[in-house]
Order: sequence, then structure tokens, then C-alpha cells
Amino acid sequence: MLYNIFIDPFVQMAGAPDLLVQALWDGLVSGVLYALIALGFVLIFKASGVFNFAQGIMVVFAALTLVGLYEKGVPAYVALALTLVVMFLLAVAVERVVLRPLVNQPDIILFMATFGLTYFLIGFGELVFGGNPKAMITAQLGLPRGVIDVEMLGGRVSFQKIDIAAAVIASIMVAALAVFFQKTRIGRALRAVADSHKAALSVGISLNQIWVIVWFAAGVVALAAGIMWGARSEVSFALEIVALKALPVLVLGGFTSVPGAIVGGLIIGVGEKLGEFYWGPLVGGGIETWLAYFIALAFLLFRPQGLFGEKIIERI
Amino acid sequence: MSNQIIGGPGLFSRRDDSVAKGEPLLTVENVSLRFGGVRAISDVSFDIRKGEVRAIIGPNGAGKTSMLNVINGFYHPQEGRISFRGQTRRRMRPSHAAAQGISRTFQNVALFKGMSTLDNIMAGRTLHMKRGFFWQLWRHGPALDEEIRHRRVVEEIIDFLEIEAVRKTPVGKLPYGLQKRVELGRALAMEPDLLLLDEPMAGMNLEEKEDMCRFILDVNNAFGVTIALIEHDMGVVMDLSDRVVVLEYGRKIADGAPDEVKASQAVIDAYLGVAH
Amino acid sequence: MLYRETGQFKTSYKADMAVFPIRQDRIGLAVILLLAFVATPLFGSAFLLSAVMIPLLVFALAALGLNLLTGYTGQLSLGTAGFMGVGAYACYKLTTFFPEVNLIVWILASGFFSAAVGVLFGLPSLRIKGFYLAVATLAAQFFLQWCFIRIPWLYNNNVSGAIEAPVRTLFGMPITGPHATPELRYLVVLSIVALLTWIASNLVHGRVGRSWMAVRDMDIAAELMGIRLLPTKLLAFAVSSFYCGVAGALMVFLWYGSAEPEVFSISQSFLILFMVIIGGLGSLIGSFFGAALIYGLPIVLKSLFPMLGLSVGAATIEHITFMVVGAMIIGFLIVEPHGLASIWRTIKQKLRVWPFPY
Repeated sequence: MLYNIFIDPFVQMAGAPDLLVQALWDGLVSGVLYALIALGFVLIFKASGVFNFAQGIMVVFAALTLVGLYEKGVPAYVALALTLVVMFLLAVAVERVVLRPLVNQPDIILFMATFGLTYFLIGFGELVFGGNPKAMITAQLGLPRGVIDVEMLGGRVSFQKIDIAAAVIASIMVAALAVFFQKTRIGRALRAVADSHKAALSVGISLNQIWVIVWFAAGVVALAAGIMWGARSEVSFALEIVALKALPVLVLGGFTSVPGAIVGGLIIGVGEKLGEFYWGPLVGGGIETWLAYFIALAFLLFRPQGLFGEKIIERI
Repeated sequence: MSNQIIGGPGLFSRRDDSVAKGEPLLTVENVSLRFGGVRAISDVSFDIRKGEVRAIIGPNGAGKTSMLNVINGFYHPQEGRISFRGQTRRRMRPSHAAAQGISRTFQNVALFKGMSTLDNIMAGRTLHMKRGFFWQLWRHGPALDEEIRHRRVVEEIIDFLEIEAVRKTPVGKLPYGLQKRVELGRALAMEPDLLLLDEPMAGMNLEEKEDMCRFILDVNNAFGVTIALIEHDMGVVMDLSDRVVVLEYGRKIADGAPDEVKASQAVIDAYLGVAH
Repeated sequence: MLYRETGQFKTSYKADMAVFPIRQDRIGLAVILLLAFVATPLFGSAFLLSAVMIPLLVFALAALGLNLLTGYTGQLSLGTAGFMGVGAYACYKLTTFFPEVNLIVWILASGFFSAAVGVLFGLPSLRIKGFYLAVATLAAQFFLQWCFIRIPWLYNNNVSGAIEAPVRTLFGMPITGPHATPELRYLVVLSIVALLTWIASNLVHGRVGRSWMAVRDMDIAAELMGIRLLPTKLLAFAVSSFYCGVAGALMVFLWYGSAEPEVFSISQSFLILFMVIIGGLGSLIGSFFGAALIYGLPIVLKSLFPMLGLSVGAATIEHITFMVVGAMIIGFLIVEPHGLASIWRTIKQKLRVWPFPY
């Protein structure tokens, strides 16, 4: 038994390195998806202190809008542009209807409000575009398809081209966001708002404007995540469960750290793939559903402030 | 330690006589506290004698609140020792300190905002309540009798602090001055041997300050509770306290009777600044 | 004018500390109990009893359990359905192992199993707070659901993977299975829910409830007053999970009749959380209001559309329900963050002084 847990998996890894590489790659790819969802969380949390539970649904909603518009006869790129418009309108609506009336409420109330938003978006999305799973319009958007097989380590490892594209797009988005945050006037305002709403207001920063911008940025990130994820499986509200994995990612990375979200996402992605592949069979498989939470939990017990967070000093 | 409470001035039956009046109740020896690289307290020693009002003063950031946090076990100092009633310890859980008879109020009011005045003060009686979980399930009978017994004590405290009118008001809705008073009540409900007051008069107007001074003196005189007090209002400090310890940048710069401290050059420098 | 406390003087602390200090409230409660225990089973239709009242009571019990943890102690939990599942599966195993013991005993006993599991997953609450704790409860939710699927022993190796309530009797009459009458099932559920609600009320009005709320409102101050955090939080986890476990057992045995692991999925957890939010965090009666609203709304919507002469597909109604529930949550938080219970309190306050404004 102990052998099966502590030794055998590593023997397997060493015995078939090509499989290990494949598992690692698969883990990294789902890690990128988790990281992108978590990134949306972080953006909103940083700027408005709202723990946006609806981020996962925004991913589905964006993908669903894109595919739904295409199915209604809108050309792919026009549909993409229209989806961006929809995400912007969503950001405006959220600011008007949810955030503005709830300003200064405790965090938990705002968190609950995003629960309401989640339910509303599920109902709305299914009402407009139907509840059936849809295929992502990968080819029509000009994204690469197909597989690259690489002979290595005495075996063959296959890389989906879309996955590579996803990783590249994700990196570009993160870089762009980092520049935006650090170098622009709006970025500085965002960081100011993150530190203190009242102080930011007092120096003339418009909270409402900032919130719209942040929620729109989160919407764009959601769209990117939605396209990528849709290309790997299909577009349906089953992603809600996947989106919850962003929570352990955030716990690992810290709620306000962009690099944390990325590293956390990759750790969780790789960790659960390796766990499922090498340790899952011992208990009958399917442990992917909960492993991520246990990884995060174990981590939390030793470092409650996350990977990149500062040590918490409680004051009174 | 008994829970039998009788009305009148004998509010506190919990008299611990292991330390005679005038003897050190609490001794702080060479305590140092660091947060990462920041030294909040460096090598501070002083004592608090039974029955006195001991003031801790100093400029902002001098480490006063940290000192209180160390005394009641919320922070754990890296060096030094603390003896309370002759028992020495370095690390202690706050709940343990509370059980030993140390209670306190906070600089920024730390009441239970969702609960009424009555419930807040009743919560202060938790340590004195003995009926276990299975009695609580039933509530009628022994658990309720116990509640009623403690309610009597709490009502005495409410009378003493003159907050009868807001008994059932959620404390979040009370004005600041009253919140401070409720907080004092909650600390008193624990029947402490040592009461730590962190800026009990901050943000009060003159009238409220006078009331609070009266309450503090009454607590000290009538109930015989030893008090450690942080306060910025020098008039109040000089009037109330028996002895004063002065901190600056985490170090002790003076210790003694109010008049001695007032005359000390180090204290004058710390407060007024000094030409270098 | 009827709702006045004028002239009702309390001459003892005991009277002042009663849960219902006002006479009219006590009368109201008696009337409600009379309606629930006598009038409803006598005059209610089978549909009303088994499709409305029983589910409502089961959900109310689960919401009450979650409310003790989240509303009173401030520990956010997203794993309610998992704990309900533990209760249901424990009850199933117990009653199939020992069929001769009365089912009601096992339903209550199953609560202890979920309480134990709840304590286990509550342990991280010592170091983890707020949203971070949600991770621990999500771990419980997904791990427990995985257990219900992957451990065949739990469902006695049924091919279907589901658990089915075997026929059990109470005083010679069946209370589970196809021949159980809705009236009897309803009365059993109602009795258990009433008993547990009364116990919850005892707890929250005494020392235990005060400690929970103290931890919720200001945990550091609570600790400095001698309230030990871990035991207090774990007790909340245990009691809360006990309630959820009993609710889960009731759900499978006296409502559904059988259940698949899917019944205890994360969406069920969310549903119960919504009940607690809309009903009012930190309010027992709010749990009932919330359950009534969230469970009742789809039923009302379903009957509303045909009444308006619109023919709408079942799927569409479901989508609209989602939208309405979502919008309602946001709306409630904006209008009254403290939920239906707070509106209830306001109404009572207004009634007390009516017809004068104050």
C-alpha cells in the first residue's frame, strides 16, 4: 500500500518520461485556463474589493454570446466584436445595478450579490441562446487547429496547436495588463482605488468609471478564457464547476496578485493532472474533482497569506 | 473562585488575595517584540502593583498598544518574561489570559456590532458560565437559572455605567461615547483582577471624558480593580494615575509618579522634540 | 391595535429573557403550530403535503443548519449539500444494517455522522477565515460527492448507484416507500423540524449563541474575553452539520424516496445558501422565509404562466426562474441586506406603534 502511494507513481514517471511530459503539458494547459479565470477575479478584487463569484459564468456567457451570435448568421469576427460590446454593456450594467447601490456594504454582501449575478446570467444566457452545449467556432476565428506530435524521450508527445495558441494569447494578455496597470494613468487610478476607495474619491478619481473599466477588462479576459476553453471541449454551463477551481488558484496565489494567479493556476493545473494520472487509479479515479481544493487547503495551513502575499499581522 | 453575586457594592466577589495590595500584580521583564525587521518593543521592564492605576503614555507609535497586546497574550514577545500573580510565562493564548483575570478595552471600539448592549455584556460573563452544551440544548432549568443569575450581575454593571436606556439596542447603532462605555461594561463583566484600558477617552468631548474618569476611578476604588491605562490626554493621566511609564520608539524612557515623570527631561524631549 | 405590548409588564428577568416576550407573539406561534400540526394534514391535498410542505420543511431545516454556521458564527460554507449527503448515506447504511430499529432513531443518529464530518472539515477554520474558508468547504463538497459515487459500499453496491429508501414503519404504519401516506410523512418531518428548531432557538438565545455571534462579529475581542475560538467554531460546524445531515436523511427518506449522488451537488449547496441570504443571515425564522421563497418561487412561476394564458416550455420557465432568483438576490441585498427576517422585524415594529409613526 505504502509502496503504491509513495514509490510506484515515481517509478512510473521515470519509466515512461514521455507520458510524464504529456501529463505535465496537459496540466499546464488546464492551468492556463484556471489562471485566466483567476486573473479576472484578481482584476476585479484589486480594484473594487469585490470577490466576483460570477467570473466563471462570465466566461461561459462570453463564449455563449460569441457562438450564439455566429449561429444566428453573424460573421465570426463581427460576432467577436459584438461580444466585446456585450461584455462592455454587461460591465456598465453591473456597475449601475449592482455595485453602485451596494457601495460601502460589507464584502460578504457584495460577494453574495455576485452569486445573484451568476444565477441571472445563467438564466439569461440559456433563455437567449438555449441550454444545449455548442461547439466553439475555432476555425472561423482563424485559430490554429490540429496536433503537433513530437518524438521525444522514447515516445510521442502530442501538443494541440490551439493549446499553444492559448498559452501565447494568455501571455500577451498578462503582459498587456501588467503594462496597463503600471504605466498608464488609469492603471494608477486603479491601484489607488484598490488601496482605499475614500482616498481615491477624495483626489477626484471616479469610482464608477474605474469599476466599469475593470469589469470590462475582466470581461475581455473572460472572453479569451471562454474561446480557449470552448475550443478544448464545448460551450455549456458545465464550466461553472471548472470555474470554481479558480478559488484554490486564488488561495495559492493570493487574491490581489496577478503573477500569483498565473503561478497558482499552473501549480493547480499540473498538480491535479499528475495526481489524477498517477495516484487517481489507486482510489478509483475521478479525484480531479476535489484534488485542487485539498492542494490549496494543505498550502493554506502552512502559508495563510498565499504564495506572494505579505505576512499577515493582526492588529487591534 | 465563586460565582455567587450579591447586589450592592459587593459586585465583585472574585477577590484574589494571593497578591497583597501594593505588591506587584504584573511584572514585565526585558520584553522585546519584533515584526519582521521592525522592533515594536525593545527591552522594556516595568510592573503594575495591585490596586493602582498605572498609565502607559508615549507619542504615537511608541508601542503602547503592542505592550497591552503582549500583556494579554495576543502578541508573543521574542524575548523577555511576563509574570502575572507570580506565574511567569512567555507565550500564552489570549483566552488563557482572560481566564487568569486580565480583561481589556480597545483603542478602536471592538464590540460585537450585531448584538445588543445586554448581549455584549453578557458575553463578558462567558468565562463565569459553567453549564455545558447539553444543558444549553434544553435552556429551561439549570441553564436558564444560570443565565438569570448572570443577568443580575450584568444589570448591576448597566446601572453602574448608566446605560439602562440602551440595554436592548444593537451596539452598532449607539453613539461612540456610549459604545466606549458598553465596552468598559463588557470588560468589567469578566470581573478582572487587571483591567487594560486602551485610550478609553479618545474622541470624547469634555463631558464624556469626565464621566469616563469617574467610572474608571470608581472601578478602581470601589471594586478594587487594578488598572493599566493608555491615554493621550495628559490632564487625565496626571489626575487619574498613581504611576506612569513612558515609552518612546518601543523603549522605556521614564517611570514613576506623575510629577516625577512630568519633570523628566527625556519625557519633555520626547513630547516637545529636541534640537539636535 | 391588536399587536400591543402595553400593559404587559415583565416582573422577572426570566420573563424578560423569554424567546417570545410579547403575548401576541406567543399566541401567533400557537396558532401557527396548530395550523401546521392539525389543519394542514387534515385539509391539505396530497400535492400540497408532499410537493410543497415536506420539501419546504426539509429545505428550511438545512437552511437553519447553514444559518447557524454562516449567519450566527460567520463561517462561510459552500459544502451544505455534502453534509446533507453524509446524513442521507449514513441513515441508509444504518437502516439497512439494523432494519429492526425505528427509522426516526436512525434519521436523528445520522446527524451525528455528518456532525463528525463537519468538525473534520471545520478544523482549518482555526487558521483560515472568510473566503479562504470557502475552499475548505468546497473541498468537503466535492470530496464527499466523489465518495458517494466512488465508494459502492455506501450505496450497498446497487447497480443504479442510487440509494433507495426501504419500507419502514412507525406504529405499524409505513412512513417510507410507496404506501406511506403524505399525511404521516408530513407529520414526521414537521415534528423533527419543530423539535430541532426549538433546540436551535435554545442554543442561540443562550451562552452558546452569544459565543458564536461574538466570534462572528469580532473574533479577536471574543478571544480576549476568554471565548476559545476553535472549540466555539467547531461546535458551530458540528451543530450545523448535524442539522444538515438530518435534513439530508429526511430529504431522501421522507421526500424523494430515493436519491442519486447528483442530489447532493454543489448547486444544491448554493440553493440553500441563497435561502439563508434571502431569509436573513443570523435569523432562525428567516431560514423558513428563505426556504419558502426560493423553493416556492418556481412553483408559483410554473402555475403563473398558464394562468396568464401563455404557453411556455418547462425549460424556459426554469431559465426565467434562474433569472428571477438571481435578480431577487441582488434586489434584496440592495433593499434590505439583512433579508426577509429584517423586513419581518420592521413590520412588527411598525405594528407595535400603529397607527402612529413612532
